Amino acid sequence: MPRHLISIHDFTKEDMLDVLRMAAEFEKNPSQPIFHDKVIASIFFEPSTRTRLSFETAANRLGARVIGFSDADNTSVSKGETIKDTIKMVSNYADLIVMRHPLEGSARYASEVSRVPVINAGDGANQHPSQTLLDLYSIQKTQGTLNNMKIDVVGDLKYGRTVHSLLQAMSHFSPSFTFTAPEELKLPEEYKIFLKERGIPFKETDGLTDGFSDADIIYMTRVQRERFTDPIEYERVKNVYSLNASMLEGTKPGMKILHPLPRVNEISYDVDDSNHAYYFEQARNGVYTRMAIIAKLLGEK
Amino acid sequence: MEKHLKVSAIKEGTVIDHIPADQLFKVIDILGLSHSENQITFGTNLDSKLLGKKSIIKIADRFFKNEDIDRIALIAPQAKINVIHNFEVVEKRVLSVPPTIRGIVKCMNPVCVTNHQPVETLFTTNRENGEIRLLCHYCEKETSDKNIKIISNV
Repeated sequence: MPRHLISIHDFTKEDMLDVLRMAAEFEKNPSQPIFHDKVIASIFFEPSTRTRLSFETAANRLGARVIGFSDADNTSVSKGETIKDTIKMVSNYADLIVMRHPLEGSARYASEVSRVPVINAGDGANQHPSQTLLDLYSIQKTQGTLNNMKIDVVGDLKYGRTVHSLLQAMSHFSPSFTFTAPEELKLPEEYKIFLKERGIPFKETDGLTDGFSDADIIYMTRVQRERFTDPIEYERVKNVYSLNASMLEGTKPGMKILHPLPRVNEISYDVDDSNHAYYFEQARNGVYTRMAIIAKLLGEK
Repeated sequence: MEKHLKVSAIKEGTVIDHIPADQLFKVIDILGLSHSENQITFGTNLDSKLLGKKSIIKIADRFFKNEDIDRIALIAPQAKINVIHNFEVVEKRVLSVPPTIRGIVKCMNPVCVTNHQPVETLFTTNRENGEIRLLCHYCEKETSDKNIKIISNV
């Protein structure tokens, strides 16, 4: 049975730390063609330039050859082929499959019909575990540890899958959270129960800067228009939830701002030059983290 | 009230009693009774002290395995199963919610892969405050018992 990465729950704390340790090694020496005899399939049933380029860069830096497609339009999928048949076919050709698909649960299903490891590069609004691991790597790298972090999570806490996976993954490392969100986008009850059961402290607020002063990490997310029933409410929230450089006075010197990107107007450009801005480095960390995930699943390191 | 059976007795078989009246057709679906060759009598909207209105199903010459009959616990947890031999109740079975449910139930998440591809649904069951919640193995979303839709065995 090949090992897969479909959901962040598939990895134990030790698995995660293992990936972070390998990612740090790859960062020191990013070109390690240890998989020069491997073929990695990168199959994207919906476009995602950022994630696809990150995975394909990771595969190339490991020396693997990459096959695949970047959207489903010109493939047999548009002729009505099922996920099962596509995966059966691709897993005959490749040693590992990276897959993005708009249907939730599609990656889990793919892992059940595949002969080779499957990495979920996003299944609808459900899971995107490599994003979570690169977030952990970024936190560890900038703060020197994952333990006892004060994390202020800002924006769309209701639908943002990166937020939900992040708090599940961080729950192993005794964090404390501030959840900053407008009323319509507050954290769902099930996640608050999850945190309470584990004794993880959290506060909730709708004031953008309320959690800034003692935060080690400010994790910003995108507030999307389509999430709002009332367009006027969206306009109001969009303007209120816009971080600019003047708001960063009085924050901890080592505090870093993360964002899964793409950002729209939740972080203004004057923040980019601040020492606190870390979102572009975070994206670069994604390559090392994905190299580590591939290496772990192919079992070579 | 006069004491006689509204639904005639059977000699051999299974009686499923205390089904909430509005769940009768779901129970028929789950047990696949619409294709059964057995003699079956259904009663519905019968008076019940427990439920107000109840349904009852009597299936002649048929006996169910626990794992088959337990699936109706999802929609009729208080149903009573009586096994009949020679007009006598020889066994009363209590339903228990199975830990996993394969097939039968549709995932309520419209963008779940099971609603678009030929994938059999699979759920793990959780009981919370008497409510049954089904966690989809695929999309990781919950379907609560109020939203349970049965996939017909047609």
